[in-house]
Formats: sequence, C-alpha cells, structure tokens
Amino acid sequence: MSSPRLHLHRMNWQRWLGIVIKEFIQLKRDRLTFGMILGIPIVLLLIFGFALNSDPKHLPTVVLLHESTPLTRDYVAAMQHSGYFDMIATVSTEEEADRLLDEGEVQFVVSFPPDFQRALVRGEHPAVLVQADASDPVAASGALGVLNRIGNEIFAPDLPGFHPQAPTSLIDLRVHKRYNPEGITAYNIVPGLIGVILTMTMVLMTGLAMTRERERGTFENLLATPATPLEVMSGKIIPYILIGLIQVTVILLAARFIFHVPMVGSLLLLYGVVLVFICANLTLGITFSSIAQNQLQAMQMTYFFFLPSMLLSGFMFPFRGMPQWAQYVGNCLPLTHFLQLVRGILLKGNTAGMLFHHIWPLLLFIVVVLGIGLKTFRRTLD
Amino acid sequence: MNYAIDVHGINKRFGDKHVVRDLALQVKQGEIFGFLGPNGSGKTTSIRMLCGLLTPDSGSGTCLGFDVLNESDDIKKQVGYMTQRFSLWEDLTIGENLDFVARMFGMQDRKQAVAKALDELGLKARKDQLAGTLSGGWKQRLSLASCLLHRPRLLLLDEPTAGVDPKARRDFWEDIHRLSEAGITILVSTHYMDEAERCHRLAYLAYGNLLASGTSKDIIASQQLSTWSINGGNAHRFAAALQQLPMVEQVTTFGLKLHVSGKQPELLEPALQKFASSHNLQLERSSPTLEDTFIHLMREAHDQYEN
Ligand SMILES: Nc1ncnc2c1ncn2[C@@H]1O[C@H](COP(=O)(O)OP(=O)(O)OP(=O)(O)O)[C@@H](O)[C@H]1O
Ligand SMILES: [Mg+2]
Repeated sequence: MSSPRLHLHRMNWQRWLGIVIKEFIQLKRDRLTFGMILGIPIVLLLIFGFALNSDPKHLPTVVLLHESTPLTRDYVAAMQHSGYFDMIATVSTEEEADRLLDEGEVQFVVSFPPDFQRALVRGEHPAVLVQADASDPVAASGALGVLNRIGNEIFAPDLPGFHPQAPTSLIDLRVHKRYNPEGITAYNIVPGLIGVILTMTMVLMTGLAMTRERERGTFENLLATPATPLEVMSGKIIPYILIGLIQVTVILLAARFIFHVPMVGSLLLLYGVVLVFICANLTLGITFSSIAQNQLQAMQMTYFFFLPSMLLSGFMFPFRGMPQWAQYVGNCLPLTHFLQLVRGILLKGNTAGMLFHHIWPLLLFIVVVLGIGLKTFRRTLD
Repeated sequence: MNYAIDVHGINKRFGDKHVVRDLALQVKQGEIFGFLGPNGSGKTTSIRMLCGLLTPDSGSGTCLGFDVLNESDDIKKQVGYMTQRFSLWEDLTIGENLDFVARMFGMQDRKQAVAKALDELGLKARKDQLAGTLSGGWKQRLSLASCLLHRPRLLLLDEPTAGVDPKARRDFWEDIHRLSEAGITILVSTHYMDEAERCHRLAYLAYGNLLASGTSKDIIASQQLSTWSINGGNAHRFAAALQQLPMVEQVTTFGLKLHVSGKQPELLEPALQKFASSHNLQLERSSPTLEDTFIHLMREAHDQYEN
C-alpha cells in the first residue's frame, strides 16, 4: 500500500499544464459562472458603496436636561436645525434616557450636566456627553461630526471675546459610542469587502470544480489517466487565482476613484497578501470539493464556512468585542487575518514585517487544508 | 504463456450487495476477449477494478505485469479505457479533448498524434465543434480515438458500440482486429451476439459470477444443449405451449422461428415431433447458438442466485 501514496505528490508539468489549460477553456465557456465571478464584486460594491455614501439625517435624539437655560435651548435648537437630529423628547433622568437608547428608540442621548450654563460662562469647558448607538456605525458618524461645530457657533456670540474659528472648544464634547467600541468606520468596509467577496467566490467556485466532474461522469476519464491528485488540485485552482486578482483590482479601483478610500501602504505588498489569501480560500474550496459527494454538498459546505467567516472575522462585528471562544474560532478563519492585513496596509501603511503575525496563520492554513485535501482526494470511484 | 490480464479471486461489494464474486480472468496478449452478461452482472465493475478505478475487496493478480492492487499508476499509463457512458468533456471541442488526453499521458509527439487521430476519425473539419454537440455514435467514435491516442498495450472497452450504426460498427470491429494483430490486447464488453462471435474468447458473467469462459464453441459445447428449430405459420404463437412440455428447458424466438432446447434429447425429440405434427409445424434438428447458450446460462443463474 505504500507505493500509491508515494505518487500522491508527484508532479509532471506537462500534465499540470494540460489541466490548467482545460480549466481556463471551460471557465471561458461557462458564461454564467464567469458572469457571476465578475458580477458579485460589482453588485456588492454598489450595495455597500451606497451605504458608504449615505449620510443619514433626522436621527432620533433625546436630550437629558437637568435644568433648562437659554444656552441649552439654543444648543438643542441648533442641533435640530442642522438636520441631522430630530429631538423627539427631553427627559430628566438617566434611566429613562438609557431605556430609550437600549430599545433603539433613539440613536443619540445628549446630556448636559447640572450647572451647564454657569460653567460655560465661566470658561470651565463643561462636558457635554453624547451617547451614540454605534451598532450602526455608518449612521452615527456623520451626525457626530457636526456636534462640535455647533457648540462653537452657538455659544460664541453670547460669550464676548471668543471667535468661532478659534482652535479651542468652548465645551468639552465627550462622545461615547455604545455597542460598538471599536467604531468601524466607513473606510473599513472596502477592505472588508475585498475579503468577503474573495471568500465567497473563491471557495464556491473551486468547491464546485471537482464535484462537477464527478456529476458529469468526466471524473472517471480523468481518473483513468495517470494524473496525480496534486496535479489535478493545483491545476484546477490556477484560473481562479487570476479571477481573484481581477476581482481585487476592480474593487480597489472603485474604492480609490469612486469612494476615495485612502491607500497609504504598498500596493505590491497588498497584492502579495491578497495572493496568499486567495490561495487559502482556493485550497479550502478544492478540499471541500474532494470531500463532497455532489455539487449540493459542496455548496452547503461553502455556506457553512461562509457564515462564521462573515460573523466572527471582525467584518460584521468588532473582533475585540467578541467573547473569547468566538475570537478563538475567528483566529482560525483566513478572513480574520486578511481583514487586519488589508486594513493595516491600506489605511495604516503597515509594512510586511509588522504584519507577519497575520501572514503565517494564512500560510499554515494553506498547508493544513491542502494536506487534508490531498489525503481525502479519492483516486478511485469507490 | 504471457497473460495481459491474469487475476483471480477478485471480489467487490457495494454495501451488502456482492457485485463481483471470485472473478478469475486470464486474457492472453494480443487476444480479443469478449465480456458478456446481462445488465447489472458486474461487467463495468470488473473492468474498473482492472484499471484501478475501483479497489477490489479481495483478490490478486496482474494487469500488463503490474499488480492490480498496488501498481495502478503504472497500469493506467499503458491502458486505454473507454467508459460505458460518454465521459469526455462536453464543453471542450473535439480537438481540445484529444489534446488534453494527449497531455495527460505525457505524449512527446502530441500535436502529430492528435492530428493523426482526427484524420483517421474523419473529424478534421469538425475539430472545433464542442464534443457535447456530437451525435451519440460520433461520441463513441471520439471516445475510442481518445483512448487509442497514447498507444496503449491493453484496451478496456465498455460497450464501445452501443448506439453505433451498422456500418460504423463494422468499421470499428475491423479496427479492433487490426489492433489485435498489432499485438494489442483487447477486452471488450458487449450485448451483441455477432460481436461476441468475433471475439477470440469470451467470458459470461451473471450476478457477479463468471459462469463460462472460453471460445464461443467451447461455451456452446459446455452447456450440452440440444436444440430444435420449429417453423411454420405463426410458430411463435406456440411458444407458451411448448414451454409447458416436459423436458423443454427453454424456448427462444428467432425471427419467425422458434428454438426449443433441452438437455435430454432422447426424451425431448418424440415429444416435439408429436407437438409439431398435431399443430402442423415443421420440426428440424439444429445446433444451439451462442444466444441459446447465454439465455440458458442466464436462466440457470437466475434460478440459482435469485431464489
Ligand atoms: N458505485 C456503485 N455503488 C453501488 N452499487 C453499484 C455501483 N456501481 C455499480 N453498482 C451495482 O453493481 C452491479 C453491477 O453493475 P455493473 O455496472 O458492473 O453492471 P454491468 O454488467 O456493467 O451492467 P450493464 O450491462 O447494464 O452495463 C449493479 O447491480 C449496480 O447497481
Ligand atoms: Mg456496464
């Protein structure tokens, strides 16, 4: 039984090239798949891009007032006037304000401390606490931006000797984002999108690659040739590497020129990281493919993997806010590391050395999954 | 004697279904060996085990001198396997399919080999047509061409002529004989009696058991059947009545004639004579055909294994 195992990893380049060429031709003729591969990033970009651009207004707000003074009344009126806030109520206890925020009745609670007016006039920079429901971070960010500006514009005329353009702020505006401490901003979505799109398309496409041969009966012919599992598996994923790179390029171009996402890091490093991530997903897909009996099973496995990837990688919810067990699971998912890598490179300009602790888990993932794939590759029809 | 295939004690089960039982096969080099048996008798399963596509549960032997259990990689390189169901890539063109197969077998003179195959097939002009758009018979011919491409020493052909027109079938068998003369061993499964008769030797399988093997003459003789043919107006109407006679083993229809066979001619003959004269039919002693023999084998197997 030892000799067939020896042949598992043998590689003949002519055979390998034959498989690569065949896969390219088949992909080219499979219009639906091809369209899906390019269509998914475009559709997702449009959906998320719309969210990115949106600057929601008229967000329900409650004011927690201990005393009503002319200055607080002015401030509240100015907030209302900005268009971002709809003052739906004024309450006087913290419990009530908390309840409204908890139940999602309001997006913001603006609290003025007792003695606000006196402190302001004395130049003591009284604190105004804004509690934001940041579970929908995109919704909150635009509104928060205007608060500071309002403070200076409203109060300056009443306070002689202060210019609205002065660099110091009259009040100490404290923003407290609730439910989403990491505060994912709009820019985080594009890097995340690259990861999600690649995970979805790469795993799914290759997941179907082997089961399709099995269902069409062509697997019998392929098995009757001397092709080895390594040749078949690696040959089949090559075209998808190219597809993945095209997808990433489409998203990056859109991110840069439509959504003006800053790109401070090295593009070369970014593509290097993308390549590793693509390979991680492709090896997983091809392994699913050799384990699954049919295309339906391969599809189910893909979704079973896709769901935790979306939920536990830090794409949907901030990673550090998750319970410990979820973080352990998340750390086994390529997307988790990829998100850190892309954010690190695109937004923070990190270099390869700084990111190595997120690169080796991806490499390890590839080795382990490919090993499983080669082991489970069925060389017979049994 | 050098055997191209020499296996014994091969067993295969799928779940609790025993599909091939203690199969022993010896096929000589350069021989055309016919593989016959009813649907589901295990022909395809046996062929798949010979070229390493299925692992036998037990048994041993060699194929082209390589161990069937451990050396299937070496076997595959020298075997041309034509699957029962069309298994080339329907979304590749004829030319691309042949090119792919040639690459898989690591052929050095790939381009010439593909061009030659296309030429011989007469498909040169249609080489850019998708294989999936070929008619059934043409698909068979393309499959055969593709499994001959790498010049194998052994051909395993699983019902290669199913759905092929008579002229193409004739051409095909001429090719088979030419290949055999060139020293290539051919194991071919078929349901056609005329094809069986063109094989050097045959094996007959039923319910996973090898019931008979040898030349067609040997097989016919081995069953010791005596056969009479009955002619005359509407002879076939009497088939059921004849079946009821004692000593009649089987009645088979051949066109407008009936073949009545049994194993005790001295008792059967007078009964048949009486029946023929009373129904105004002509009775004639004839020799059992291969088909009579196979039907007999199948009925015996049915009685033995099904009940
Ligand atoms: N992969 C499989 N799993 C379970 N049962 C199988 C499998 N392949 C074949 N069988 C069963 O094994 C038996 C033999 O099948 P096989 O295909 O070898 O018959 P065959 O002689 O080639 O028949 P045919 O003349 O119809 O082609 C059948 O009963 C079939 O249902
Ligand atoms: Mg069959």
